Amino acid sequence: MDASAAIAVTDLRKTYGTTTALDGVSFEVGQGEFFGLLGPNGAGKTTTLEIVEGLRRPDSGQALMFGAPSWPPNPDLMRRIGVQSQTPAFFERLTAAEQIHAFAKLYRVPAVRADEMLAAVGLSDKARTRVEQLSGGQAQRLAIACALVHDPQLVFLDEPTAGLDPQARRNLWDLLRDINAAGRTVVLTTHYMDEAEALCHRVAIIDHGRILECGPPETLIQKADAVTRVIAQAALVDAGELRRRFPEATVTEDDTRIVIASPDPAPVLAELAARGALRDLVVKGATLEDAYLTLTGREYRA
Amino acid sequence: MNGLGTLSQILLRGYLRDKASLFFTLAFPLLFLVLLGGLFGGADTAPQVKVAVVGPVDVLDALTDGQRAQIGQVLAITRTTDLAAALDQVRSGDETAAIVQQGTQVQVHYSAADPSSAATVRSVVESLVQGANLAATGQPPRFTVSVTTVQDASVKQIQYLTPGILGWAIATGATFGAASTLVVWRQRRLTQRLALSPVGVPAVVGARILVSLGLALAQTLLFLGIAAAFFDLQLTGAWWLAIPLVLASTLAFLSVGLLAGATTRSVEAGNAVCNIVVIPMAFLSGSFVPLSFAPDWLQAASLVLPLRQFNEGVLDVLSRGGGIGDVVVPLAVLLGFAAVLTTVAVRLIRREAD
Repeated sequence: MDASAAIAVTDLRKTYGTTTALDGVSFEVGQGEFFGLLGPNGAGKTTTLEIVEGLRRPDSGQALMFGAPSWPPNPDLMRRIGVQSQTPAFFERLTAAEQIHAFAKLYRVPAVRADEMLAAVGLSDKARTRVEQLSGGQAQRLAIACALVHDPQLVFLDEPTAGLDPQARRNLWDLLRDINAAGRTVVLTTHYMDEAEALCHRVAIIDHGRILECGPPETLIQKADAVTRVIAQAALVDAGELRRRFPEATVTEDDTRIVIASPDPAPVLAELAARGALRDLVVKGATLEDAYLTLTGREYRA
Repeated sequence: MNGLGTLSQILLRGYLRDKASLFFTLAFPLLFLVLLGGLFGGADTAPQVKVAVVGPVDVLDALTDGQRAQIGQVLAITRTTDLAAALDQVRSGDETAAIVQQGTQVQVHYSAADPSSAATVRSVVESLVQGANLAATGQPPRFTVSVTTVQDASVKQIQYLTPGILGWAIATGATFGAASTLVVWRQRRLTQRLALSPVGVPAVVGARILVSLGLALAQTLLFLGIAAAFFDLQLTGAWWLAIPLVLASTLAFLSVGLLAGATTRSVEAGNAVCNIVVIPMAFLSGSFVPLSFAPDWLQAASLVLPLRQFNEGVLDVLSRGGGIGDVVVPLAVLLGFAAVLTTVAVRLIRREAD
């Protein structure tokens, strides 16, 4: 095991009564890495995070941060990590500035650092606004600022973009990239696959308390045997002919479009070009979402 | 201590900005005190009975000033010469009775609507007439009545009201404070967040206790001060013994709030549980009305309630001239109560946190 890893988790197991939350989870996160933890609700993401952070004790197995065990809770480790929870953990009826100054005091950090962080997340003009009056995006940015006020090396972000509008999400992505670019290790959980694909160096897909796959998003997509979809105008080509020509592809058609889903799209594109059927052509590569759904299944779970 | 100070400041600031909390822990009980204190505060003598005296009535006219003042505590006398008008006033209830002398007969006209007031008038007039008869015989009276006042255990209304309402206010502040902090902080995952900060859980608990104790002391100062300044509350010798009672009962009420917060998921549910506990407890502890109306078993059972212990203890030291001996048992019960409920609540919270 790499002692210099930010996080090293080996064979974590945890049961609540008859429910098995974690069934042998192992992974490592290198220093400076942007790591994503993906999985359906109830898959074990939060339990994993809480054990790594030192909030919970595993039934068996071990979690290390910077080579030191997370359990029992270790004050030295706590100063090196920053935590942002899904619902922003704010004190009631304080203003944004009072909020972050309170966390600065709790971590014994100079007050000026709190003001800097507030500026860094673009909330200086909301300093005197009560936390209850902040928008969803502003609240998440304040929560992240509070998590970073003591300049931690390792940051845990639990679904920071849940419930945000697209603009606020993109805005937050920039902030998260900056945090990572400043040399911090970031562990992110999210339900948005595009987010994980855009931000994470590596992701782990977890379900039923087990890690199903772990690696860079591109590798996962390839491994999942995901297909590329080529979408052509129905008027320009004949579906039956394409089926005969590319038996390994799945060809579906409706009144206006033909969708050719193929693991090897290059010959399909060449064929369409030869037939002059490139007008309004759309090519959709496989996404992490395809890989995720292949691994965790498509059935709906409440 | 840095964490404790910071968190206390945060909680205090949050409380001072919460208008509902301010109202229910300060303004509302104070309103009760002023209202009830104003209504009953001076009512340590029986209300006067209004009578109309028509024309000269010898037994009343012959009274000395001292005797007249004594009678004046019982009867409010209006002089008139018009019997018909006086009888009308009795009929309409404006006067309880009309007294008129015809020859040697003193006649009392009264309405049957208020028999107890009428009986008061009758007995006063009869005693005056008998006194006058005795004086007319020239004999010295064989039996006499001498009256001395005794400092009895029954106390003036304000002496009773102040501890009761103070206790109710402290109970409200501490239970709701503990429950809402626990529920909201758990809901917002602040407890986990703080558990991962260098301050740790003891500072969180300590800050909540510190702020609640401070609030209870502020309530005590305010209520005793206002009752003493405006409603003639007398603080007897060892009244300062109320302070340890205030502190111990705050711990007991905090434990009630902790349990309410540990068993509920939302602020609304937590508040509802607190209301269901605090309001009946206030009645069963005699905070508003003396418990003498209650059956003996209920009076005995209510001794397990922290508010009853607080009320009895404070009443003893504040109004009945009690000393240290009178607060030992209440203090022990309050602290024991707090210890038991806190243990149960912590077990519940722990089990869930695992």
